[in-house]
Amino acid sequence: MKARYLIAGALAALTLSGAAQAHRQWMLPSSTTLSGNDSWVTVDAAVSNDLFYFDHTAMRTDNVAVTEPDGALGKIENAATGKYRSTFDVHLTKPGTYRIANVSTMLMGSYTLDGEEKRLPRGTTKANLAQAIPAGATNIQTAEAANRNELFVTLGAPTTTIFKPTGTGIELVPVTHPNDLVAGEAATFQFLLNGKPAAGLKVTVIPGGNRYRDALGQQDLTTDANGKLSVTWPQPGMYWLNASTGGREGGPGEGAPGQAAKQTAGGKGPEGAAPQRPAGPLKDRASYVTTLEVLAL
Amino acid sequence: MHDRYKLILGSGAALGAAGAAALPAQAQTMNVTVNIPRLSVAEYHRPYVAIWLEKEGAAPRTLSVWYDVDKAKGEGTKWLRDVRQWWRVSGRSMSFPADGVSGATRAPGDQKIAFTAGRGPLGQLAAGNYTLVVEAAREVGGRELVRLPFAWPPKPGAVVRGKGNSELGAISLGFGK
Repeated sequence: MKARYLIAGALAALTLSGAAQAHRQWMLPSSTTLSGNDSWVTVDAAVSNDLFYFDHTAMRTDNVAVTEPDGALGKIENAATGKYRSTFDVHLTKPGTYRIANVSTMLMGSYTLDGEEKRLPRGTTKANLAQAIPAGATNIQTAEAANRNELFVTLGAPTTTIFKPTGTGIELVPVTHPNDLVAGEAATFQFLLNGKPAAGLKVTVIPGGNRYRDALGQQDLTTDANGKLSVTWPQPGMYWLNASTGGREGGPGEGAPGQAAKQTAGGKGPEGAAPQRPAGPLKDRASYVTTLEVLAL
Repeated sequence: MHDRYKLILGSGAALGAAGAAALPAQAQTMNVTVNIPRLSVAEYHRPYVAIWLEKEGAAPRTLSVWYDVDKAKGEGTKWLRDVRQWWRVSGRSMSFPADGVSGATRAPGDQKIAFTAGRGPLGQLAAGNYTLVVEAAREVGGRELVRLPFAWPPKPGAVVRGKGNSELGAISLGFGK
């Protein structure tokens, strides 16, 4: 196990730029802009390297929540999980913008028992922390990992009721509405970290379809002092947007491969699932993923 | 919500509000002819067509939308968003069927529609520079948009012409009394 950690650490150091970041978690909606009074979207959800090709592992759907335009709790329907992807439907019956989100807040950490350092099991939360730590444990260290992967879809005109921040993890606040994006136009978003503007947050934007081109076409952006950034979309299509903070520089906190592995359907992913040993004291982590549809002018 | 919305959509009444003073004694008409090309394709469906007015600093005003109005349960509205430019600037904030605006799809050929100032969807127009926009989107086909700029009030008898290349043919906008 030790050797594996060392190798993982070395790899992380080599790929500091994040260019070779593995295993992106994503959800892909059938539409984001809908008309009529009653419509459906269907969503593919997977974890893979190429966007948006479901060729690695399905994403679990049991934690996917729907927020309706008026703030009411909606539901996913017809959920199914296959080898490589999950799929589910959302019935849109109210005008406005819906959120479809997979949000989790986990505790990472370690403790010492009988002179041996143990890691907190996967799935530990604030609520079950007490049960996770055996009697007699010392040197308890914990940190939060807040992960959010969400989609926005709009029936009729875009609305903003659902964008009320929760104050946990990384959240997107529209300056430009995420369902009002057009190629060639600049869009501005604000990012919050635990409810406050996330200044200096690194955000990556990658256009889908990279299986059929040589260059990833990634834009690496950083938020300003108000947590805002501007993106200009070079062409219409689906884009994957990812932001993360905390963890080690270039390490598991960056690009959230750990998050991806944690939420795969099998529960145990391959190499990405190996718990990473922090170099220093544990730091809180947060990651954010959304898929944005950019329409042609 | 968005600075641009305030600029374009926030001033909903502006496009017609100042029009009363400029309105001539006689009603003016806008006569629009839209040529829907006859296409030799394996599967043909009549296009959805939206016709609307734009004026800088004012909310776009939809004059006419041709779609599958007669489908059960309003199912024809499902594809209105494919008339994508119109949907973004105007359609998405409307409800359907829209009185005096919704109409059935039309067959290939020259299709005429007239609007009278001060009445129906055209309403009263403030003096200024406008653009008449015609956008067509066809099921299992393409999409095209043609813009015809004009000044209001117009000279009676004036005609503005435009032309599409694929989903729209010749388009003319004539003014009469």
